[in-house]
Amino acid sequence: MSTNAVAARPEAPPEANLKKQLKRADRLRKFKAIGLVAPLALFLIVVFVLPIGSMLWRSVDNTELESVMPRTVAGLQQWDGSGLPEEATLAAFAAELRDSRRGGGLGKVGRRLNYEDNQYRGLLMRTLRGLPASSENWTQTLVEIDPAWGETTTWREIQRASPPVTDRYVLASLDLERGANGEIQRIDAQDRIYQSVFQRTMVIAGGVTLICLALGFPLAYLLATLPPKTSNMLMILVLLPFWTSLLVRTAAWIILLQSNGLVNQSLIASGIIDTPLQLVFNRIGVFFAMVHILLPFMILPLYSVMKGISPSYQRAAVSLGAHPFAAFWQVYAPQTISGVAAGTILVFIMALGYYITPALVGGPADQMVSYYVAYYTNTTNNWGMAAALGSILLALTLLLYLVYHRLVNRKQLIRS
Amino acid sequence: MLTNTSLSSSDHSTPLVRFDAVQKTYDGENLVVKDLNLSIHKGEFVTLLGPSGSGKTTCLMMLAGFEVPTSGDIFLESQRLNSVPPHKRNFGMVFQNYALFPHMTVEENIRYPLKTRRLPAAEIERKVSDILDMIQLREFAKRRPTQLSGGQQQRVALARSLVFEPQLILMDEPLGALDKQLRERMQLEIKHLHQQLGLTVVFVTHDQSEALTMSDRVAVFNDGVIQQIDTPTNLYEFPANAFVAQFIGENNTLPGRVESVQGHDCRVSFGEGFSTGALLGPNLAQGDATRLSIRPERVKLNGAATQLPNRLQGKVHEFIYLGDHLRVRCELAGNDDFVARVPVDDFSSQLQPGDIVELGWRNEDVRALNAS
Repeated sequence: MSTNAVAARPEAPPEANLKKQLKRADRLRKFKAIGLVAPLALFLIVVFVLPIGSMLWRSVDNTELESVMPRTVAGLQQWDGSGLPEEATLAAFAAELRDSRRGGGLGKVGRRLNYEDNQYRGLLMRTLRGLPASSENWTQTLVEIDPAWGETTTWREIQRASPPVTDRYVLASLDLERGANGEIQRIDAQDRIYQSVFQRTMVIAGGVTLICLALGFPLAYLLATLPPKTSNMLMILVLLPFWTSLLVRTAAWIILLQSNGLVNQSLIASGIIDTPLQLVFNRIGVFFAMVHILLPFMILPLYSVMKGISPSYQRAAVSLGAHPFAAFWQVYAPQTISGVAAGTILVFIMALGYYITPALVGGPADQMVSYYVAYYTNTTNNWGMAAALGSILLALTLLLYLVYHRLVNRKQLIRS
Repeated sequence: MLTNTSLSSSDHSTPLVRFDAVQKTYDGENLVVKDLNLSIHKGEFVTLLGPSGSGKTTCLMMLAGFEVPTSGDIFLESQRLNSVPPHKRNFGMVFQNYALFPHMTVEENIRYPLKTRRLPAAEIERKVSDILDMIQLREFAKRRPTQLSGGQQQRVALARSLVFEPQLILMDEPLGALDKQLRERMQLEIKHLHQQLGLTVVFVTHDQSEALTMSDRVAVFNDGVIQQIDTPTNLYEFPANAFVAQFIGENNTLPGRVESVQGHDCRVSFGEGFSTGALLGPNLAQGDATRLSIRPERVKLNGAATQLPNRLQGKVHEFIYLGDHLRVRCELAGNDDFVARVPVDDFSSQLQPGDIVELGWRNEDVRALNAS
C-alpha cells in the first residue's frame, strides 16, 4: 500500500483497522498451526481414542442376545419373572432359535449364555435338534424337549443376559457378581482372583518403580555432574539395552538366572551358596528383568532435569553453612522433583502394562493384569472380560496419576 | 611485581585473610595461580580484577573452600584455613547468577543460613525481618526468586549472604548479569552497604570501571600473578607495568628506548627520531627497551598543546563523537591507533581527517614502563 493511497482515503478509525489486520494475521497463523498438528491429531484419533473408546464400550456391551433374538428379548422384558414367560415369547424364542443357525448367531448366544451357566450351549443344541417345524403349544413342546425350559430360573437367567448393557464383566473383574435379586455381592472365596491380580500388578509395578528410582537417581546424578566426555560415554551404556529387543533381553535373563545359569554357577563356584538359588520363574526374576528393561526410562528424565540444575546452588548452600549432605537434600533434591515425577510415572505406567516379561520369567503367581487380558482375548474370546479388566486398569492408573499429581504439585514449587 | 611491598607498608595490624605463597594447578602442568601473596584487612573492600583465565576466580574459590591450594597456605587471622571445609568457614558468598534457591521463597532463602546454624526461632525471624527492611523487599518476602527482577534477586542474594553476619563477604562477579544502569546503581548500593556495616569484602570482576568505583584496593591479575595491588587512583595514575596500564582505563602505547635517567624522570626515544620526557617506571635503567603509556585525556591538540614541553606532529584518521567528548584517532610515530580525548567545546570543527595536527603532553603524563 503506497503512502499516497493512504493519504487520499478518508481514514477509518485506526484501532478498528488494526484489529482487523491483527485478526487476519492471527487467522493465518491459526490455520498453519492446525495444519501442522492435523496429521498427528487424526492419527491419535484413529489409533488411540477410537480403540480405547471401543474397548471401554465392550466392557459393558451386552448386545449378543438382542442382535440374534430381538423378539425373545422384547418379550422377556415384559415378563415379571414369576412362573414361565408367555406363550408368544416362547414361540418367538423357538422361531429365533431355529433362525440362529444361520450366520453364527447360535454360537454367539450359546457363548454368552454359558457365562451365566455352563449348561446353556448344550441345552440350545439339544433343543434345536428336537425342535419341530410347528407346534400348537410351544411351552409344552419345549418342556418336552428338555425339562429345563419349564424352570423359572432358566428364563430368569436368559432375561438377565438380555439387556443391551451389563455390568457383569466389570463386576466379575472385581470379584463381584449380582445375586439372585440383583444385589451386588462378592463371589465365592475360592473363585476370587482379580482383586489379588490387581493388587499384585500394583505391587510389582510399584516395586519396579522404586528400585528403578533407587538405582537410577545416583547414576543420573553422576551423569549430570561428570565432564561431558565421560558422561556421554556412560550415556551410551545406559542406552545400550535399547539396541536389543525386549524379548531377547528377557530370554537372556532366563539363561543368566536359571538354576545352572551363569549367576548361580558363579555363586556356587565362589562358595557363597551350595545349592542353586531359585532366581527365575518367580517374583525375583520378574523384578530383575523389568528393572533392567525400564531403568533407562527413569534415568533419562532424571538426567535431563539434573543437567539443568547449576552446581552453584549446592555451593551456595554450603557457603551458607549447610553440611554438603544437607545441601544436597535441602537444595538439590527438591529441584529434581519434576524429573523424579516424570521418571516414576513413566516407569510405573509402563510396568503396569507388562505382559511378555512376567509371562516368560515369572511364575503362575506373578502374572499381571495384562496376562489375563491376553488370556481372555486370545484363548477364550471373551471380549467383555478383557475389556473390563483393561478398563479397570486404565481407571486405576488415572486415579493413581491424579493422586500423584496432587502430591507432587504440592511439593514441586519450581515454576519456570 | 610489587605484590608484597605495597601491602605490608600500608597496615601493620594482623590481616584478616592472608594468602601465603599459594599455588594452584588443575592439570599438574600449568599453574593457574602462581606464588600468590595477598593480605586483606578487616573492613577493606578488595577487588580481584583481571581478564578471564587470569586466576582471580580460582583465588576466590580457594578462599571460599571450594578449591584446595596445590601448595601454600591461606590464613584467617592466625587460623590455617586449608583444611577447614567450606561450610565451616562462615563466609558469606554471592554467586555470579545469585544461586537463589528456586524452590524457596525470598524469606526462606534468607532464613536458610540461620536455620542451618540452628538459631532460636525468634532471633531468626527478627534477623530476617531486619534484613528484609534493609533491602526494601518486605512485600516480596513470600515470592519466589524467579518472580523478581534481576536487581531484586541481586539484593536478596546479598541479604542472604549478610544475614548471618559473616566475617567476610565473597562476591563472584555478582553484577555481571545486570544491565548497565542497574549495574551502576548496585555498585553504589554495595559500596554504601560496605561502608555502613563495616564489612570486609573480596570482590571478583573483569570490569575495570566496576573495580575502580567500589574498591579500597584492587589486585590486578594476569596469567596467575598479581600484577599490581593498589588503590584505584594509584592504579590509574601510576600503573606498575604495561599490562596494568593497558587494562585499567584507556591507554596509548608507544614502544621506545630509555636514553637517559635523572632520578624519577627519564628521556625516551621512540619512532623515527622522536623523543619525550617521561616518569621512569619500576625495573628500568638507561638503555632498556620500554613501552610508553599516555592516557588519551592527557593528550592535547593544536592550540592547547602550544605551551607543552613535548609536541609532535600527527595525522588525523577519524573522529568519534561521544557526546561529552570527542575521540580523535591519529597516526603518530608509526602507531596509527593513537587516541586523543578532547572536550567537545575545545574542538575546532575545521579539522578534517588527513590533516596534520600538533599533539602535546607534559612529562609527568607519560610513564615509561617495562616492555615485557
